[in-house]
Amino acid sequence: MFGSELIEDRVRNPQQKGPAIVPFITAGYPHKDGFLSLVQALADCADVIEIGVPFSDPMADGVTIQRSSHLAIESGVRLRWILNQLKTISINTPIILMSYLNPLYVYGYTQLAQDSKDAGVDGFIVPDLPIEEGEELREILKLAGLGMIQLVTPTTPKDRIKKIAAKSSGFLYAVTVKGVTGGNDGLPQEVTGYLETVKALTTIPVCAGFGVRSRSDVALLEPLVDGVIVGSALVEAIEDQVSPVDFLTSLRA
Amino acid sequence: MNQENKKLLQQLLDGEFPDSRGRFGIFGGQYAPETLMTALKNLDNKVKTLLTDASFMGELSTELNQWAGRPTALTHAKKLSELWGVEVYLKREDLTHTGAHKINNALGQALIAKKLNAKRVVAETGAGQHGVASAAACARVGIPCVVYMGAIDIERQAPNVDRMRQLGAEVIPVTTGDQTLRAAVDEAFRDWVGSPDDTYYILGSVVGPHPYPYLVRELQSIIGKEAREQIITQAGGLPDAVFACVGGGSNAIGIFHAFLGDESVDLYGVEAGGRGQKLGDNAATLASGKPGILHGTYSMLLHDDDGLVQETHSVSAGLDYPGVGPEHAFLQSIGRVSYTSAEDGEALEQVRECCGLEGILPALESAHAFVGAKKWAEANPSKTVLIGLSGRGDKDMPTLSKLFNN
Repeated sequence: MFGSELIEDRVRNPQQKGPAIVPFITAGYPHKDGFLSLVQALADCADVIEIGVPFSDPMADGVTIQRSSHLAIESGVRLRWILNQLKTISINTPIILMSYLNPLYVYGYTQLAQDSKDAGVDGFIVPDLPIEEGEELREILKLAGLGMIQLVTPTTPKDRIKKIAAKSSGFLYAVTVKGVTGGNDGLPQEVTGYLETVKALTTIPVCAGFGVRSRSDVALLEPLVDGVIVGSALVEAIEDQVSPVDFLTSLRA
Repeated sequence: MNQENKKLLQQLLDGEFPDSRGRFGIFGGQYAPETLMTALKNLDNKVKTLLTDASFMGELSTELNQWAGRPTALTHAKKLSELWGVEVYLKREDLTHTGAHKINNALGQALIAKKLNAKRVVAETGAGQHGVASAAACARVGIPCVVYMGAIDIERQAPNVDRMRQLGAEVIPVTTGDQTLRAAVDEAFRDWVGSPDDTYYILGSVVGPHPYPYLVRELQSIIGKEAREQIITQAGGLPDAVFACVGGGSNAIGIFHAFLGDESVDLYGVEAGGRGQKLGDNAATLASGKPGILHGTYSMLLHDDDGLVQETHSVSAGLDYPGVGPEHAFLQSIGRVSYTSAEDGEALEQVRECCGLEGILPALESAHAFVGAKKWAEANPSKTVLIGLSGRGDKDMPTLSKLFNN
């Protein structure tokens, strides 16, 4: 099965009752040497794992992921290191890399597709790559069977949601808020109508992310989407020494 | 220039760049988070309409003349001419309201923000000149203004921080990232992502996602239009060379544009050479960078082999930026503009020379252009050079006092 199909399959058929759970971690944070054991721990309780490639200018991220990215970079975490690490383990849970475009561009798209496949990566999320600019990378990843997960947001008009969904593979990432990651204000009131609209306009699965922090958030999203993405809240839990497995379990019913 | 590059230049002169994808040749584009795409498309449409709308352009022109103090003078620098052995002319953007070319852009964008019914404006600033200009322009058109400024810049450009606050702007210190201009841009974008519907982002240079590089260029090109006419009248013809400093590159694009079609005029951008040539010691993006993507645009960039953006250094906060406008990358790639750099010490020396000989205190940023022009003068005796004096140096007094009193 292609990576993109594997992601889609897992989101449609989560391990447990309820929505697919997609945790996000910043690679090599809080400890570089604990990276693989964290990934392996997540593999047992997550449906898909999203791993953040730290970037120097994370323009769509709030303070938590800015902090984790900065410290990961300080400790030497780079895309090349991440791929080399992932190559050494074999897990059954699909992996998505979240990266701003510049590190991918510098790596070289063709080499990236090859090395990612070798490392067991199944897809990419690139927050600063709108569909208009993404053709080249998308095609190269597609040839390697890798997914390209596109984002829609509450500011995306309906006809554009359709266009974006058609170019997305694996799932469609529905950003729940107008804002950067890690918002503390709770999910906005309009989230229900917005996600219903997104769902109605797509055939691939939809995962909701940004601002998902607790069981009550997941319960609210559960009837609306196929999966939920939990980023900043998980990173903060890990910083507070909470076991990531316990935290993810607490999100489920 | 070879035939292919000449053709590309002609396309630029014919208005074919930026193209429908917001590109100057291969450079530019719109690498923005999805949340901003609708706002950017709206802005693009509005810009296209307003910049060709006679009534809007008339309003802008009146405000530039009656509030911002345009046209600015072209000064024949007599003593510098004597010393350097060439005829030196200075385009005096330091004489504009708020003291730098930044007002041309800030005023134009504040008026556009008003037309878009924006409830608030955000801006980033490095040296503080764009922040002051935005604060003043927003006060003038009546929109609240928030300015993001790196904590390091707040310290070295303290007079401008007080000016912004006096003008009613809220100044928010940025303590993340490198705490200079680049971090301030990151933070302004994050703010905009958080309120894309009713906030307008007045980006201060010819960088960022399309349509900013185009919009800011159009608003700054008045510098070159005025200067070209003035120098023909005052010097009896076109200059042999034009020099301007380049950080993001807005004043340089502004003064260059009117001369792009004049084959006899050589154009030079001067970047911040900082402490030296090592990565991290300067902000000489075009001289030593590689193509990459930052702040929404594909252009030249100072970044490492892993694609991480590098910290930069310059004594001048306004040039302390690892990226550069995509149109500059294009002009460099076709060989129409040459880019050099000037080190901190050389720029400081030119501040002194200009003060002592001409009675003008130039901004540290502008002094970089003087360094390039002076070197050029050595090889081009008796020729004529036009220098973009982009702003006045009052804001640099804390830095200058510290350095010159020691």
